[in-house]
Amino acid sequence: MGEVTILKIGKNVIVPIQTELHDHAARKLQMDILNRIEKTGAEGLIIDVSSVSIIDSFLGRLLVETAKMAKLMGTETVLSGMKKEVVLTLIHLGLTMKNLRTALNIEDALILLESLKGKIHEKKEYRRPCGGGGAEYPSYKY
Amino acid sequence: MKRIENKGTPRSHAVVWEQDISSYEDIILARQKVKSLMQGMGFSLLAQTRVITAVSELARNIVIHAGGGGKMSVSEASRTDKRSGLKCIFEDSGPGIEDIEKAMQAGFSTSNSLGLGLGGAKKLCNEFQIESVSGKGTSITIIEWLP
Ligand SMILES: Nc1ncnc2c1ncn2[C@@H]1O[C@H](COP(=O)(O)OP(=O)(O)OP(=O)(O)O)[C@@H](O)[C@H]1O
Ligand SMILES: [Mg+2]
Repeated sequence: MGEVTILKIGKNVIVPIQTELHDHAARKLQMDILNRIEKTGAEGLIIDVSSVSIIDSFLGRLLVETAKMAKLMGTETVLSGMKKEVVLTLIHLGLTMKNLRTALNIEDALILLESLKGKIHEKKEYRRPCGGGGAEYPSYKY
Repeated sequence: MKRIENKGTPRSHAVVWEQDISSYEDIILARQKVKSLMQGMGFSLLAQTRVITAVSELARNIVIHAGGGGKMSVSEASRTDKRSGLKCIFEDSGPGIEDIEKAMQAGFSTSNSLGLGLGGAKKLCNEFQIESVSGKGTSITIIEWLP
């Protein structure tokens, strides 16, 4: 079972999970992610699960926990790329991933993180940088 | 013990896969094996995902709650109405479950976990059957039928 690569791109830590993780490996990955956040002072964390074919109660809980821990360290987390079969199964299982931000893919996750930063730094407005329909994120007024 | 009683009696078939379940690696192996068998039988990706998640929960329960002494056996199943399916049996010789009804409830856990595994596994498969004798062990059977 291969190691999971933890990438640091810009101000974000990006973790594409591409192997099936057994429970110990998943716990180790959680620690590795938190260590990396601590070392780099990352602003955002993206965990990409687009290659993950199942999320059971263990992995689901671990992901929610990781996001909570990252938040305590001042880092926002977005879970990206959850497959629709996985989403439906999680609902059957009764595991609500509430409080966990999600995005369709890594690109959207980056946009979401940017917009969150805008909120934190009290920027007036955030425009979606990539074109495509001119979608605009809501502006945050204080 | 509750018998499976819908739409035709299931017939027994030869075991196509059998393995011990004692470690976290065994959970992965069980998942991968059931997935490839289901793929071969033509189950939808959603059915595969549901059942593999149930397999993961039940196998992990053996590792965590039954002292790691258990096994999974997989066989094909068929009914008199010609539908066929996949059957997985999880057997262990752990401490057993005292109050099955309680253990099946979401939120009940003796290990300070979420308590979603057992009840979830039942919801994730077409059929679910559990037998447990305190001090002797637990046996859980799940079946998923092809549409
Ligand atoms: N094979 C087993 N042998 C003995 N006890 C079991 C077994 N499987 C489940 N149990 C008991 O049933 C309870 C509920 O199981 P369930 O899988 O629903 O929750 P959990 O394993 O405690 O938590 P989760 O699966 O959500 O992490 C367990 O806490 C345990 O006490
Ligand atoms: Mg469990």
